[in-house]
Amino acid sequence: MSEHIVPVRIYVTIFLVLLVGTALTVVAAFQDFPWQLNTIVAMTIAITKATFVVLYFMHVRYSARLIWVIVASALFWLVIMFALTFSDYWTRGWIPSAY
Amino acid sequence: MADVINSPVATSEAHGHRALQHHFENMEQQREAGTLGMWVFLVTEIMFFGGMFLAYTLYRSKFPAAFASASNHLDIKLGAVNTGVLILSSFTMAMAVYFTQIGKRRPQILCLILTLVLGLTFLGIKGVEYHDKYRDHLIPGQLIASSPFLKNEAEAQHHGLHLLEGATLPQVEMFYWIYFAMTGMHALHMIIGAGLLTFLLIYSIKGRFDPEYHSPVEVIGLYWHFVDIVWIFLFPLLYLLGRHLEHG
Repeated sequence: MSEHIVPVRIYVTIFLVLLVGTALTVVAAFQDFPWQLNTIVAMTIAITKATFVVLYFMHVRYSARLIWVIVASALFWLVIMFALTFSDYWTRGWIPSAY
Repeated sequence: MADVINSPVATSEAHGHRALQHHFENMEQQREAGTLGMWVFLVTEIMFFGGMFLAYTLYRSKFPAAFASASNHLDIKLGAVNTGVLILSSFTMAMAVYFTQIGKRRPQILCLILTLVLGLTFLGIKGVEYHDKYRDHLIPGQLIASSPFLKNEAEAQHHGLHLLEGATLPQVEMFYWIYFAMTGMHALHMIIGAGLLTFLLIYSIKGRFDPEYHSPVEVIGLYWHFVDIVWIFLFPLLYLLGRHLEHG
């Protein structure tokens, strides 16, 4: 079998990273950062945590290229969905409408 | 192994494992096909939850004050504990896959039981939170006749919901529609996951999995981690967005 077996040490490390990330996001939520920084900090931590889960718990780091393509395609279509929807909602009212 | 894959005489009869299906050359090809199929399914799941995250983003950008007010009523302690429970269950699931890969059945069964128990713990805590929302009239609309949504600001104050400046109750109600839709769909995935784990548990007690054949453990693991990832985003987005405004 050419299957890669992830060592226990890595699983434990990722688990601890995820716990620290959760603690950090709670602490950060109570700080009053300027502008939209609270949301940006929270999302940065969440994306980092999710990346660790995908790469190590879900073995993508050790998986075939094809799996990488599938994961990337999901993110790609997600970005399209958000970009097209908000290109509508954010620009409403920029140009006065006759209706 | 590479020689075996490329060899025209490498048929399933020659290298037969009892779990090998006839349309696959060998166990490795079968395992990779299974993992690939699970990932394709998870892409559809990402798009499905993505639609709800889109709705969330849109309404939060329209009603920021109401979303912060409504979010502050959620129990941050229960939410954080549940996040920890789910992360721990993801860890035990990963360990279950690990022990299957190296062929250690006892710790594999133990890890599956732990994962299942942690999953059910999460659902139990979620149930407590839902009950709190029921008690405080925060279930949107008239879905539950005995506990219609808050009617006015005095009632909101009485139930511990403080409206920040610029927030209105119908907007708060919108938050709770999205909250129940997203956490409800997430909980449904957890319930399905618990069912799948029960299936895995029965089969691993029967000794069906070994280092060569463990695709079911692997792909259900992928599903379980995906559900964990959804919660990793739901927790800050639903529970934490208005905390820094609370003391202002």
